[in-house]
Amino acid sequence: MTELSAIAGRGVEAALAAGAGEAEAYASRDSGREVRVHGGEVESFTAATQSGLGVRAWIGGRVGYAYGTDLSEGGIGAVAARAAEAAAIADEDPAATPAQPSPIEAVPGLSDPTVAAWTTAQVAELALSVERAALEADSRIAGVEQAVYADSADRVAIASSAGVAGEFESSQCFAYLQALAEGEGARETGLGFGLGRGPEELDPEAIGREAAARATEMIGAAKPDSRSCPVVLDPTVAASFTGLVGGGLGAHAAQRGRSPFAGRLGDEVASDAFVLHDDGRDPAGSASAPFDGEGVPRRRLALIEGRRLQAFLYDTYTANREGLESTGNAARAGYRSQPRPAASNLVVSPGQASLPDLLGLAADGVFVTDVAGLHSGVNPVTGVFSVGASGRAIRGGELAEPLREFTIAGDLVAMLGDVRAAGTEARWVPFGGSVRTPPLLIGALAVSGS
Amino acid sequence: MSELLEPAVAERVLARALANGGRFAEVFAERRGGLTMSIDESRIEAVQAGAEEGAGVRVVDGATTYFAHVDGLDPADLERAADEAAGALRGERREPRALEAAASTPLPVERRPEDVPAERKAELLRELDERARGAGSEIAQFTASYAEARRQIAVANSEGLLSGDDRTRVRIGAQAVARRDDAVETGAETLGAHRGFELLEDDPGAIAEQAAQKALALLDAGPAPSGSMPVVVGGGFGGVLFHEMTGHGLEADHIQKGASVYVGKLGERVAQPLLNAYDDGRLPGEWGSDAIDDEGTATQKTQVIEEGRLSAYLYDRLTAERDGLASTGNGRRESFRHLPIPRMTNTYIAPGDSSPEQIIDEVENGFYAVSFGGGQVDPATGDFVFGVSEGYLIERGKVTRPCRGATLIGNCLEALMAIDAVGDDFFMKTGICGKGGQKAPVGTGQGHVRVGAMTVGGTEF
Repeated sequence: MTELSAIAGRGVEAALAAGAGEAEAYASRDSGREVRVHGGEVESFTAATQSGLGVRAWIGGRVGYAYGTDLSEGGIGAVAARAAEAAAIADEDPAATPAQPSPIEAVPGLSDPTVAAWTTAQVAELALSVERAALEADSRIAGVEQAVYADSADRVAIASSAGVAGEFESSQCFAYLQALAEGEGARETGLGFGLGRGPEELDPEAIGREAAARATEMIGAAKPDSRSCPVVLDPTVAASFTGLVGGGLGAHAAQRGRSPFAGRLGDEVASDAFVLHDDGRDPAGSASAPFDGEGVPRRRLALIEGRRLQAFLYDTYTANREGLESTGNAARAGYRSQPRPAASNLVVSPGQASLPDLLGLAADGVFVTDVAGLHSGVNPVTGVFSVGASGRAIRGGELAEPLREFTIAGDLVAMLGDVRAAGTEARWVPFGGSVRTPPLLIGALAVSGS
Repeated sequence: MSELLEPAVAERVLARALANGGRFAEVFAERRGGLTMSIDESRIEAVQAGAEEGAGVRVVDGATTYFAHVDGLDPADLERAADEAAGALRGERREPRALEAAASTPLPVERRPEDVPAERKAELLRELDERARGAGSEIAQFTASYAEARRQIAVANSEGLLSGDDRTRVRIGAQAVARRDDAVETGAETLGAHRGFELLEDDPGAIAEQAAQKALALLDAGPAPSGSMPVVVGGGFGGVLFHEMTGHGLEADHIQKGASVYVGKLGERVAQPLLNAYDDGRLPGEWGSDAIDDEGTATQKTQVIEEGRLSAYLYDRLTAERDGLASTGNGRRESFRHLPIPRMTNTYIAPGDSSPEQIIDEVENGFYAVSFGGGQVDPATGDFVFGVSEGYLIERGKVTRPCRGATLIGNCLEALMAIDAVGDDFFMKTGICGKGGQKAPVGTGQGHVRVGAMTVGGTEF
């Protein structure tokens, strides 16, 4: 047994000793680094390790949680005791039980061993080359606000009194930048990004050029006229909306009537063109893992297919409430967070239309390349949304002048029903969670500008 | 403070941090803990207690900051962080100055939340639940949360500073869902402060009723209008308008990178003369207040707009050094795992002399945004958005029907200049601001404010 699994095991024992009837412990140890560069110089370099333990304790149907960073014998005991104390405060809930153990199969390809071999100087050079690529891509690029490279190697172990035991390792790395373009008396910004399991998967040239292209395309942008019209969402924007859909498919929100999908299992909620899966085992997806936040195997699950809502996302607690099995969707944001049902990687199926085809089908509308204000402009309970947007006009089926400072508004479920076509080229996007999606053509949304 | 970071240990850590050169080194030690719980379906759940401690060490050499953080506060942990931060440098050893403790007085806490039995906090949530459900039979769902957090920090640097702070914050939040046939609406309200449990001694249940009333009122809502029109923004959290529109663009890191529309505008007219605005980290008990910032600089009151002219930017230590100025006490970090960056504390538009009634009465046809769910800005372009959580139509100077699903959108420079009335009904509200992947508690405030023209993004043309 590794040291981390031993810590998780001790967390379980300590909670039982503190009076818990059942207990689960989740331990993690991450090491990571980050380089931020600006103006051809390294602005900051961060190196860090962090580890922690989170313990869930059940006393009858009462559940409590505690976490801490002190992994000494005394520290583990203190976390476990606080979890048991927390359980005593909670109200009884018959659905609150630990997860049942299931055989766990490894997912190959989650960890790239070459990450550690890249020196500080090499990753700094990678970040600098991202910045350079943007500056060299176009003379109208006035600067780069910041180019960032980050990587991490993470290890997670879980153990429970019900017999759950598992451990796995993964690595992540990403780079992004915000380029500034100048022209027609205004500044415009453009984002470029790339992600992978190791630095070799990143293409600094492509990342820098994407930011430059997005920024320069916006030069001279003006407000569009207010009207209802066809809208094409680029993959970054489609991902943000897909993330909202995934949020509404978590069983926690749905069971409590706080989702636009509540009570709609089996109903028609989308057009034929919008097909959505949750896939927790694709090595290319950053949320992939052999098991979820309570040790239940991750899997691939159809969520929306053939126009109908096929499934919600369950952890053990929400599954118990309906007499179902967990779908392996207990998500945690590290040891500080107790599990809640949420999407792992959301995957929208590509369609038959190339981007030019989608623009042609839209004929006269708006191509949205960025949205802002999703945390405040979307009602997660009703799905009603109005968010800030920028992008390009579509005229005669082709991209035309840049547009900014407008909103797109509608209703999330109605929008899914109005997806006319999905593009052929899908892309992994770190917005809205971890999402792989092609561009999407929406029949009509309300566009408000001048 | 000395308990977190003994001066002798700090001096040793700083000396190790400068072992390979660098012009500045700092150690930041922190112990943080808290308790959160919520009520949902009238049941107390998600009871969670946390305790973390660790330290971050940074060394600045030229334009580069080397930063390392570790869990734990043992001298060996701190030295490990110092060695890690210094590891990438190749210069000559430098000696830090001897430490001199700077006096700082943490904000007063009358009743330590840790000393209040957890059961009392659960009772408080039950009271909120009853109050909200009592507001009307159409309240279908109600959730409320309680959170207490304590951050004890100590900071020492190679220029001889040694200081500390002990921060306690308490916040409750309420969210109601109202349902009538197919119509579903939500309402939310919060109450928080840099204070102890005494915050909750005076009718905390009122926020549950307010959240419920908002949701119930919206059941009668129609679609929001769209297009450009006069907009009246409510007091309190309406101040997030200024926070996003202007505050972020005044943070010196954005300015120095040319990524703000306020670059080069110091001393220039950016608003009507009726507008005065401040960032004030010293407001007693306010959510965004601290005794010192996370670099050990005393917090202060900074006037950023004086009678319509831009009068100051907001600095942390490094950005101030670059401009040859003193830090304005705005160097904040989410935790020992983050580097400090220039951040707002409590930002507000000072009270004006109009009454809210007068401000609305003068609008022929427009939109009344009582409160926001939040907002977002790109400081480089000045483009912003605000999601309206409670909004109404104004028709012939009267507030008429509620509207759902509106977002306000615009550009900072135009919108700030278009503020043509400021109300006398000033108050503050709490927010959580995100920047560079770091969250910080911030206060926002104002009385009613009118923007002559702004784009409302609804669905009705």
